[in-house]
Amino acid sequence: MSSPAPITPLVEIRHLAKSYRRGGQVVPVLSDITLDIQSGDFTALMGPSGSGKSTLLNLIAGIDKPDSGVLRVGGVDITGLDESALADWRAANVGFIFQFYNLMPVLTAFENVELPLMLTSLSRAERKARVELTLAAVTLSDRMDHYPNELSGGQQQRVAIARAIVTDPLIIVADEPTGDLDRVAAADVLSMLQRLNSELGKTIIMVTHDATAAGAAKKLVHLDKGEILAG
Amino acid sequence: MFILNLIFRNAFRHRLRTLLTVVGLMIAVLAFGLLRTVVDAWYAGAAASSSTRLVTRSAISLTFFLPVSYGSRIRGLEGVKTVAWSNWFGGVYQEPKNFFPQFAVSENYMDLYPEFILSDEDRQAWLRDRKGVLVGRQLADQFGFKVGDALPIRGTIYAGNWEFTVRGIFDGIDDTKVTRQMMFHWSYLDETVRKVSPRRAGYTGVYVIGIDSMDNAAVISRNVDALFANSLAETLNETEQAFQLGFVAMSDQIIAAIRIVSYVVILIIMAVMANTMAMSARERNAEYATMKALGFGPGFLALLIFGESLLIAIIGGGLGIALTAPAAEAFKSVAGIFPIFSVSNDTIVIQVACSLGVALIAAVVPAIRASRVKIVDGLRAIG
Repeated sequence: MSSPAPITPLVEIRHLAKSYRRGGQVVPVLSDITLDIQSGDFTALMGPSGSGKSTLLNLIAGIDKPDSGVLRVGGVDITGLDESALADWRAANVGFIFQFYNLMPVLTAFENVELPLMLTSLSRAERKARVELTLAAVTLSDRMDHYPNELSGGQQQRVAIARAIVTDPLIIVADEPTGDLDRVAAADVLSMLQRLNSELGKTIIMVTHDATAAGAAKKLVHLDKGEILAG
Repeated sequence: MFILNLIFRNAFRHRLRTLLTVVGLMIAVLAFGLLRTVVDAWYAGAAASSSTRLVTRSAISLTFFLPVSYGSRIRGLEGVKTVAWSNWFGGVYQEPKNFFPQFAVSENYMDLYPEFILSDEDRQAWLRDRKGVLVGRQLADQFGFKVGDALPIRGTIYAGNWEFTVRGIFDGIDDTKVTRQMMFHWSYLDETVRKVSPRRAGYTGVYVIGIDSMDNAAVISRNVDALFANSLAETLNETEQAFQLGFVAMSDQIIAAIRIVSYVVILIIMAVMANTMAMSARERNAEYATMKALGFGPGFLALLIFGESLLIAIIGGGLGIALTAPAAEAFKSVAGIFPIFSVSNDTIVIQVACSLGVALIAAVVPAIRASRVKIVDGLRAIG
C-alpha cells in the first residue's frame, strides 16, 4: 500500500530572511523563517512590537521582497516576480485588510469595493452584481452609497473586508484588523473573518498583538526578534 | 470613465485649495494674454506695413528734412511707381492730452495706402479745399469729428493756430489698420512756412515710395541712396516695416521688460501649481500605496496626478483665455493708448500652450514620487 501524497501547503516559506538598512546599518528583521500555511487555515501571527510579524505578512502578500529564502504562494515563487508581475499577482491572489481600513475617501462604499475589480475584465454589470453581493455578505447593502467619512470604524472595516474578498483571492492578509476598533466592532469584524474562513474556506493570515483577536484564529504563530518561536 | 471620475473627485477634494489654484491660474493666463497683447499692439504699425512701400528719410536723422525736389528724381528710377511725401506736424487739438498724429502730405499720398478706404466724394472735397483735412475713422469716433467740422490745431513745431476743416473720413480695410491720424495738404504747410521762414520752405520729412515689386526693394533702396550720395541731404532708404520698427526700437527695453514679466507670471503660477500638486500627492501617499497593493501600476498613479493637474489647468486656463478678449476690450476703452488692441490667435495659442505646460510640468515630480512610492513605506504613513 502506497503512502498518500503529501499535501502542498498554500504558503510555503523556507529560510526566509529580511533586513532593513537604517543610517548605513543593516538591521535584521526576519531570519531563517520556515513556515507552511495550508489552504483554508486561519493563522494569526503574534508577537511583540518589532518582532517582524508585519514584515512577514508583507512578504507573504507580495508588497515587500525578502533578502533570501523561498516564498511560494499557491505554487508561485513570488520572490522571482518583477514589480509588474507582482502587482498582477497581488490583484488576482491577495485580499488586503489594513488596521486603518485604507479606503479611498473620495469613493463610496460601493466604489471602494469595486476598485479591485477595475483591474479585471469583468463587465460593468458583472462588477455591480458582485459588489452588491459582497456588500450584502458584510451586511452593508444599505450603506453602499455612503462615503467612508459617513461610516463608523466598524462599518469602514467591513467595507475593507468586502474589498478584500470581492475578487475571490487565494489568501486574505489582515494587518491588525481590529487595532483601531472598539470591542464590539472588533468582535463583529473577527466574527466576520471567522465566517469567511469557516463558511467560504478563505485562507486568512492575520497579524495581531491582541490575544482576543488571536483567539479567533485556528493557528497561532509566535514571532520574536525575527524568529518563529517553537511550540 | 473610472479614471476620469477619480481624477475629478480628487481635484475637488480640497475645494478651497483647488479654487484658489484655479483663480491663480486664471489671473496668470489673463495677465499673460493682456501683456502679450500690449506687445502686439506696439508692433501693430510694423505688422501692418506694406512690403511694396519704401520710406526715404535723411541719413542724418528723422529730424532733418529732405528737399521736396528729390521727389521727381526718385520717380525717375526704375521700379518706382509712385512717390509721395509727408511731414510730421505735431500739433495739439484743444489740449496736449488729446494727442494724435498729424501729417502734411502730398496730394497723391493716399494712393499709396490702399488699406485706407476714402470715398471719391471725400477725396475730391479734400483736394478742393487747401485747408481741408482727412481724418481716420478711429480718430473721428474718438473726438466725434464729422465732415464739415472745423478742426483747430495749435502748432508746436510750426507755431501758430491752424484752422482746418474736416473734408473726409477714411476707414481701414480691416480691424488691424490704425486710422487714428489726420492728414492735410503739405502745400498749405509749405505756403505758410514760406511766409514766415522762407529758408524752411520746400522741404519735407520723408518720402514714401511705391515700388513695382517687393523683390526690387533692396535694389531700389540702394539706387535712391546712391542718387543723393555726397549731396547736402543724403538719404537713408528702408522698407516701411524697417522704418516702423525703428520707432518700436526706441521702446525696446520697455517691450522686452513687458515680455519678460509676462513669462515670469507664468513661472510664478507654475510654482503655485507645482506646490498644489505636490501637497495633494504627499497627502495621498497612503492611498497610492494602497492602490499599488491592490494591483494598480505606477503608470495609473502617474496618470491620476497628470489628469488632476490638467483638469485644474484646463478650468483655470480656460477661464483666463475666455476673459482675455473682454478684458482687452475694457483696457482699450479705459486706457485708450492703443488704437489696435485685440487679442491675436497667436496669443491664444500661447495661452493654451502655457496652461498645458504648467499642468504637465507641475505634475512631473509628484507623479514620479507617487509612482515610486514603496507600498510598505506608504502604508506605514497611516495612523
